[in-house]
Amino acid sequence: MYKLYATITKDFRILMRDKVGLTLMFAMPILLALIITAVQNSTFELVNHNKIKLLLCNKDTGDASRQLVVAIEKSGMFQEIKISGNESTGNIIARMHAKDALIAVVIPKGFSEKVAATANDIASNALKNLDMQKDTAKTSANSVYPLTLYYHPVLQESFRESVTGALRGALQLVQSKQIVRTLYQSLNEKQIPDSLENQIVNNQMPINQIPVSRDGSTTIPNATQHNIPAWTIFAMFFIVVSLGSSVVKENISGSFIRLKTLPTNYFIALLSKQLTYLFLTLVQTAVIFSLGVWLFPLIGLPALNLPHDLTGLVIVSLICGWCAVSYAICIGVFSHTQEQANGFGSISIIMLAAIGGLMVPSFAMPSSFKPILNISPLHWCLEAYYGLFLEGGKLKDVMINIIPLAGMIVCMQLITLYGLKRKNLI
Amino acid sequence: MSSPAVSIEDISFGYKGQGKLCFSGLSLHVKEGDRFGLFGPNGAGKTTLINCMTGLLTVQQGKIFLFGSEVKKHDKTVNHFFGFVPQDFSFYQELTPTENLEFFGAWYGLHKKEIRKRTIELLEVLGLAEVGNKQVQKFSGGMKRRVNLAIGVINNPRILFLDEPTVGVDVQTRHAIIDYLKKLNEQGTTLIYTSHQLHEAEDLCNHIALIEDGKIIAHDTLESLIKEHDEIDLEDLFLKLTGKELRD
Repeated sequence: MYKLYATITKDFRILMRDKVGLTLMFAMPILLALIITAVQNSTFELVNHNKIKLLLCNKDTGDASRQLVVAIEKSGMFQEIKISGNESTGNIIARMHAKDALIAVVIPKGFSEKVAATANDIASNALKNLDMQKDTAKTSANSVYPLTLYYHPVLQESFRESVTGALRGALQLVQSKQIVRTLYQSLNEKQIPDSLENQIVNNQMPINQIPVSRDGSTTIPNATQHNIPAWTIFAMFFIVVSLGSSVVKENISGSFIRLKTLPTNYFIALLSKQLTYLFLTLVQTAVIFSLGVWLFPLIGLPALNLPHDLTGLVIVSLICGWCAVSYAICIGVFSHTQEQANGFGSISIIMLAAIGGLMVPSFAMPSSFKPILNISPLHWCLEAYYGLFLEGGKLKDVMINIIPLAGMIVCMQLITLYGLKRKNLI
Repeated sequence: MSSPAVSIEDISFGYKGQGKLCFSGLSLHVKEGDRFGLFGPNGAGKTTLINCMTGLLTVQQGKIFLFGSEVKKHDKTVNHFFGFVPQDFSFYQELTPTENLEFFGAWYGLHKKEIRKRTIELLEVLGLAEVGNKQVQKFSGGMKRRVNLAIGVINNPRILFLDEPTVGVDVQTRHAIIDYLKKLNEQGTTLIYTSHQLHEAEDLCNHIALIEDGKIIAHDTLESLIKEHDEIDLEDLFLKLTGKELRD
């Protein structure tokens, strides 16, 4: 036992004196978690709470266009900058290049007439179907609303889609109002009362959003809840840079020659490295989670809510850490130089993180890509953490993720032993 | 009659991928208490032979015994008998001499108290007491050589293998190391030593062997060999027996 204790002490001292390595292992994932959470959170805020600047150019003078402007205002998503209807397209584009706004909507001249014509067509067809009117209606030449949306190229597609959705909603409202008015006028030969119109048009069924959690919790997951576990896993696996190169350094340095002549098995050295770095991954986890719980709220980011099953959280963290350590040692044993271990180690982790769903959610990946997800240990780690953090699950609920991780650990340990044997190190 | 410290019996060894054997049918015996020097030109096989004796390399044929116990692959019984001071700095540069001795002492199987006692002794004897708690990476070459030696002897070995222990050090450090090795030998440690410093070897060794192309070409006491070949010193003897051509 004293040999193991002395070896762990040695590894720990060397680790503590590698200031650059430690900085990389702690500062980098913390910064990544902080920045990406902040960015995602501000996007969420932008879409849901803050307002997007929108240049609104109404070239029409009719009622429908005024209603559309009101509907856009009421959508709550935009901060409208109303510009003159005489503004040229060139000027609008120039203002967008100057970043006055990233979106511009131009309501063309004759918009209201076209909305009214389309509403008349629909109303006539409806009455005809009810045998209440002879076929006197003329089909409108163009039933498509010629609304123009300009957007700055920096605007991401998903964001653009949500803007388009909001505009469609506003348009739908205007169109529905017009149809209801026309139908009422045709049937009753008088204008529809405002109260009835509002009742018909605005009486939408509410949508109740409920996250499907295992523990019955109705807390809506925030950006912190998604990002902290993901970047904690990334941090754990990024120890490959320190541990992988430490294994190579020891193997190619003179100290290893001496170790081989001593009456102690090299397994002690391997075990010591695993325990030291496993401890390190747990410290990383504790530090990053603590920042999520206590620091994030202080800087205006949502706080991390720890899962109810804390034992499950510790066990999942242990398994994830051990998997990261096994991977790093495996890379170290098969590398011939520190540069190989550092280069391959870090690039492989970034790739495994990408295919494992840490950078792009796994549900958003193309179906052809999904089988590849399973080869990334980071994917199983993330699923296990999400099971606890997002789904409110317990340890038994994430066993389905822990079992593949355990299998991967066994495989990597066996490959490591094979590598050591092949190099005549054991 | 006690076993010789080292007994090499008819060994053959060749590196994988190299057609030629480094040794073939090589035998050598070193008595307990000897200060044995192994010399030869570059590439003669000195380091390879030491690596075979310490179990770092496994011979393909023949046997090597240390105090009657066979050096075997994956059997570390004999490793308790000896200490090894490799040519390269074989320790952790990030650690202090004290921390290095603590770690390697534990790997030799020593207890904590014993390690502490030996550490104080060795740091004092080798002039490292004042820097015992400073990181080795900041040391001069001579200080690092002394740390390298201290680690090799922490277990009070019965045999000490030294592969060019004084390479690259100043005269003062060389004298300090050689004096310490003589003292160690007086206390009963058998020394197996290689070096290119032949004057130093004359001072230290009582028995020498010259190795050339994987074969022992001379083996006796220094005085006997000089007398036999009618030479003035070890350097002349070396040149006479190994020639003056440059070696790679």
